[in-house]
Amino acid sequence: MKIYLPLDSAAVALGADEIADAIQKHAHAKGQSVTLVRNGSRGMVWLEPMVEVESPAGRMAFGPMTLADVPALFGDLSAHPKALGLTEELPWLKAQTRLTFARVGVIDPLSLDDYKAQGGLTGLTRALGMDKAAIVAEVTASGLRGRGGAGFPTGIKWKTVSEAVADRKYIVCNADEGDSATFADRMLMEGDPFTLIEGMAIAGLACGATKGFVYIRSEYPVAIRVMEEAVVIARAAGLLGASVLGTGTAFDMEVRVGAGAYVCGEETSLLNSLEGKRGVVRAKPPLPALQGFMGKPTVVNNVISLASIPVIFEKGAAFYKGFGLGRSRGTIPLQIAGNVKHGGLYEIAFGLTLGDIVDKIAGGTASGRPVKAVQVGGPLGAYFPRSLFDTPFGYEEFAGKDGLIGHAGLTVFDDSADMLAQARFAMEFCAIESCGKCTPCRIGAVRGVETVDRIAKGDASAIPLLTDLCATMKAGSLCALGGFTPYPVLSALSHFPDDFTRMKDAAE
Amino acid sequence: MLDSNSTIAKVENILVHHHGMEGALLPILHAIQAEFGHVPQVVLPVVAKAMNISRAEVHGVMSFYHDFREEPAGRHVVKLCRAEACQAVGADRVADHAKKVLGLDWHETAKNGSVTLEPIFCLGLCACGPAALVDGKLIGRVDEAKFDTLVEGLK
Repeated sequence: MKIYLPLDSAAVALGADEIADAIQKHAHAKGQSVTLVRNGSRGMVWLEPMVEVESPAGRMAFGPMTLADVPALFGDLSAHPKALGLTEELPWLKAQTRLTFARVGVIDPLSLDDYKAQGGLTGLTRALGMDKAAIVAEVTASGLRGRGGAGFPTGIKWKTVSEAVADRKYIVCNADEGDSATFADRMLMEGDPFTLIEGMAIAGLACGATKGFVYIRSEYPVAIRVMEEAVVIARAAGLLGASVLGTGTAFDMEVRVGAGAYVCGEETSLLNSLEGKRGVVRAKPPLPALQGFMGKPTVVNNVISLASIPVIFEKGAAFYKGFGLGRSRGTIPLQIAGNVKHGGLYEIAFGLTLGDIVDKIAGGTASGRPVKAVQVGGPLGAYFPRSLFDTPFGYEEFAGKDGLIGHAGLTVFDDSADMLAQARFAMEFCAIESCGKCTPCRIGAVRGVETVDRIAKGDASAIPLLTDLCATMKAGSLCALGGFTPYPVLSALSHFPDDFTRMKDAAE
Repeated sequence: MLDSNSTIAKVENILVHHHGMEGALLPILHAIQAEFGHVPQVVLPVVAKAMNISRAEVHGVMSFYHDFREEPAGRHVVKLCRAEACQAVGADRVADHAKKVLGLDWHETAKNGSVTLEPIFCLGLCACGPAALVDGKLIGRVDEAKFDTLVEGLK
């Protein structure tokens, strides 16, 4: 009997480890031999811990599992109280286009054989037969843009590094996924780490870099463990090392762990941190592509950008580019979070409207109350009201509505949310996490909290002051932390003005 | 109380292990904290010397990052997520409850040294919040009742 149960952090946080113990104990007591595979999560967090049992018809899903549901796994499965049917037929999963996440939840994350059996290493093998310029051209042709939030064309970044002349170059994977509502990087690293390794190896070939780093935030203990084990396995199998897959080209990598600083998700601050310094932001130029880690040309890409590379080489740039809308090509792993009925990871081509994502896919709020606002793109993203739910999911489309898609995390709030409190939190968070290098962010965020507090006390004259402060932070900050904190603040103010005048009414 | 000679000996061993590593200071500080539960200030000059940087620079780095502690934490560390996705499902309410139950504000440790309460900004459990990390164990969907069960026996 083969049973799959995720090692994914979300599944573990909902009791997967305890279920795993119970399965082993029960199997032992019954004298039944069970192969328990700890896989990645299929992304349906409301069904976690979700167990899958292999059957001749395919994998059958059961969830959300409790300890009391374990014994019934050893009886008539069709009568199991938590039976969901065949995993592949679950509507939430079936409607997705899984390219980057094709193997997550399917394979044993640390089995290189499983990985190869599901198309793994096909992309790298193809790239090994191409020259540097052709590899870069393929990435450019795919239309892939940075999935960390900035949306910069990946191919152009690679071209800059590839053509730079230096004795050493580096590939740095930004896995400092600190934005609330985002967990795609975590799920990918926990569920299919070899995809990231393969993507980084291809980046190394394209740019002539022989060393890579994955900088993972310390808040992700499971992802750190899985990635570290995967690197060891990949090295032993010759996927990493002095001769990648026996071709004589070198590429190796290391996992590094952050230390709880949100700002290190910003690429220049991450590079400083990786060099063993305070994670303060660097002024650009020089671009990291020319002077990055240790002053050498460096590709800094998000996990999802790099993990999308193997499928682009496996299936071709044209295939990948065939998905999406406008200048947003390919697929995007939406992360649906907060107060939602159906939360989790949903990979789909760009272009769905925000309303379809929130009402149809997420199924509205978990509390059953009306949706008030959706924050798209993490703590630095704008709050969208229902009147903007017709916005299609794409980089330019969201920018056109004074928002951003960021790393594609969506936090849904019901009508109990106080948008003034959310605006205050955005400023407070910026004040806590500011690296301190530039004044608009360091001082502005503190003044922002004070100004919101004045508004809360009924001082309407502080509203234009807040708008003015936001303009200064937006234009004058060195990086996106100070520069984008105005997005949640101003969107809360402009779309939910009632929340900023309530106290005044009460005072009068 | 830590014996400073044995502390320094352990740190020198950590330094040897990280010799030649590019940008080794964060890995070194992590290793020191893993060994002692905090970064004893007596070791900063030792680290500085080995890295050929000033003590002030080492202090600057360790004090920049939220993870590194100068003082030992309580025997148990309870971290509650304060970020937006958890707020949307009641994290502020749970945090207020936690502060009341433990009699602690953020970053405080109980007088008897039992529990430290800390905020954390996102554990990536945004679809099953409010999230907590209790002594390194991830926990989802924390409400007041679940919190009480979690800290029972820790106090």
